[in-house]
Order: sequence, then structure tokens, then C-alpha cells
Amino acid sequence: MSNRKIRVLLAKPGLDGHDRGARVIARCFRDAGFEVIYTGCHQTPEMIAAVALQEDVDVVGLSCLSGAHNYLFPQVAKLLQDKGANDITVIGGGIIPEKDMAGLYEAGIKEIFTPGATLDSLVEWINNNVNPKE
Amino acid sequence: MKELSKKVLEGDIRAASRLIRNLEDQIPNTYIAMQEIFGKTGNAHVVGITGAPGAGKSTLTDELICAYRKKGDTVGVLAVDPTSPFSGGALLGDRIRMLRHAEDTGVFIRSLATRGAMGGISKAVGEAIHVMDVLKKSKIIVETVGVGQQEVDIINHAHTVAVVLVPGMGDEIQALKAGLMEIADIFIINKADRDGAGKLYKETLNMVNMSKDNKNGAQGWRIPVLLVESVLEPIKFAESVEALRDKIDEHYQYLIDNDLLSERMRRKTTAELNEALWGTILQPILKDLHADGEINRLVDKLLTKASDPYSLAAEVASKYMK
Repeated sequence: MSNRKIRVLLAKPGLDGHDRGARVIARCFRDAGFEVIYTGCHQTPEMIAAVALQEDVDVVGLSCLSGAHNYLFPQVAKLLQDKGANDITVIGGGIIPEKDMAGLYEAGIKEIFTPGATLDSLVEWINNNVNPKE
Repeated sequence: MKELSKKVLEGDIRAASRLIRNLEDQIPNTYIAMQEIFGKTGNAHVVGITGAPGAGKSTLTDELICAYRKKGDTVGVLAVDPTSPFSGGALLGDRIRMLRHAEDTGVFIRSLATRGAMGGISKAVGEAIHVMDVLKKSKIIVETVGVGQQEVDIINHAHTVAVVLVPGMGDEIQALKAGLMEIADIFIINKADRDGAGKLYKETLNMVNMSKDNKNGAQGWRIPVLLVESVLEPIKFAESVEALRDKIDEHYQYLIDNDLLSERMRRKTTAELNEALWGTILQPILKDLHADGEINRLVDKLLTKASDPYSLAAEVASKYMK
């Protein structure tokens, strides 16, 4: 019997201040029964990694609309790996060109969601791909 | 589980957070880890920050962390936000006000959802305080959910309770009511630059002056009413929060000097024992009743008025308690 609840950290790394999308997703995850830690805009990868460990999350969701994803997303994934937290699933979303995706996957980002992705598809992906820790 | 408590005692943050999570999720055998930890607790000063939604609890907590770090304290924060009664999910947004401490290793912030608890905190808070305690945090701040009038469970866990009030929430009759207004060791009038703050200050002061022995038998502690003004004037704001820090510490010293700490510890420990008894005795019985559908048969008996809750409870008790 598992009472495990999925815990998700939603954060916006870098200088991008457009967080409407992230807030919509936070609300959607709440309604899906997840516990969402929302930390908003303007964060360094170091801050995001530190918070992920303090909150013992299963998923880190990164949102970036400014074009800096190629540096910021892999950096978060790397910091988590360095701290031995390879089990935390890192996903990303935003304005991400097709050509950048392969690199991001290689850097350890497990899934990328771009404009047009439905809220249901996000929830479904998490439910199918994330097992809360035993 | 022993492995987990060992890591926690070594100061591993993620292990500590996982242990808190096991407590929240009520993972079986988590108590084994807690057994290892319990004996080493009781060193931290636990501070409760409570008040209405949007009163400024998280922002005050953020500044209070700075004030304590300045003094050389290490700080643990348990920030509680509500669980949805519909989806079971939660939006934990307190730490958005505390981002500047993310990388400070002297500060450990953990968000918790209420998970259905109605007293302003979550069921796991008491145990989470123990976890923060063995991580050697000298100050543990518990920020409750935004409360109304009677979510006062924080008094079972905190040595010092600060109640945050803001102008514009009601007339002076509100200040006379039982519940939240009775549990303060310190009142904070936040957003004191706003209209109505002076009136609220006077009403609160009046109410404090009327209390016979300044509450809970803590004779001689005069409940201070502190004004904190706009966060938009950072220097002034920081100064008022430093004054708050000093009052909080003064209250703790007062409890120690007057041998009142033991009284609070007894209340806290009694509550913990109650919880443990409930978990150990009642929960397995309930689980049993649910597992074989007996609970439905009992409810049916009540719906048809074939029996009453009191007789059925006695019946169940006689079966299990030998």
C-alpha cells in the first residue's frame, strides 16, 4: 500500500520573467493531485538544485521562454547528478526549437513540452513516467 | 529505515527531507527511524508564525531568517500550505518569498501540505520539528497555513507563538474572541503603514491589557504588540524584524528563567504520545475494519437504526481490547 504523493518543483531559471505558463501548470498539477512547490522566476540552476534536494521532489519542471534553455536546463540536470540525485526526473518546457531537443535529451532532460502541449498530456506523462520514491 | 536515520544524523539534507516525506506519507516502519532520533531532540527553539492568509507570514519568515543568520543561528523552516479537499494536491508557494536563502547551508526550508489536518498545520509537523532539531538547527520556524479564528494546533508544537495581524480585518469585537487571539506570545501588526493600523494597534493593546495574567499562566510575560511597516522600505523593515527576533528570544529566555519551558514541553509531549497511541492502537483496528468490509456492515446498522454508534464502538472495543 503506497500513500506516496508525487512532489514536483516548478521553477523558472534565468532572466525570463514570463511565468503565466508556469502558473497555469502549477494549478493544473495541483488539480491532478500532485504537491507542487512553486518558486517562480529569476533563479540560478544552483538555487533550483538546492531546493529540489530540500524538498525531496520526484520531478523538477523547468520553464524557459527566453532562449537560454541550452545552458540552463543541462546545468540543473548536471548539478542534481553531481549531488547524487540522478533519480530526480528533470523535464522542461517553453519556446524550444526542434534542433535543440536532441542536445537537451542527451544532457539528461527527460521530456520537453512546447507550445501546443495540452495540460492533460503533461499530467499523463508524469503519471506514466514518474514513480514516487519508495 | 535505520540507514535513513543514520544519514539524517550525519546531516544529509535529502535524507532528512525523505524522512519527513515518509512521515507525511505514513510509510510503514518510519517509526523505526524516529526511534533513533527521538532521544537526540529537544535542543532547538521552536517558533510559530501564524495569521490570516496574505497577512505576510512568509515575508516575515524570510526576513526573520536573515535576522537569525546575522546573530549566528542556524534556521529550519517548516512552511505549511493547504491540501485541496478535492484533488488531494497542493500548491506550496511559501518559499517563493524565501528564495535568497536557497543556497545557504545554515538554512533548511521544507514545504508541507496539510493533508486534511484542520488545525493550521499538518500531522507530520511535530515529527518534522524533531528532524530539523537533530540537524542541529538552533531556531525552527513553523509557518502555519493562513488561519481563521480557531486553527490553533501550533501551540502544541511551538515554544513561542507570534500571531500576525493586518489592518482591515474586523472591529474590536474580533480582538476579544477566543481562539487565535488567545494563543499569541507576541502580536505583530504587519503592514502597519496601511490605514487602520493605529486603530488595530490600540484594540490589540487593549485586549492584551485586559488579560488577567497575560495568558497561559505565564505570569509576568507582557505580550508585546509590535508594529512592522512596509516591506518596500527594506532597511526599516529589517530593523523591525530584528526587534521581533529579539522579542522572540526574550520570550524563550523568559520561559527558561521561570521554569515554564517544561510546562510547554509536557503539553507538546502529551500531544505526541496521543498521536502515537492513536497510530498504534486505533489505526490498525480501523484498517482491519475497512479491510474486511466490517465498517460498511457497522454503518448499515446505524443507517437502519438497528444500533447506535456508542454500542457499536463498545462492541468493537470488547473484541480488540483484551
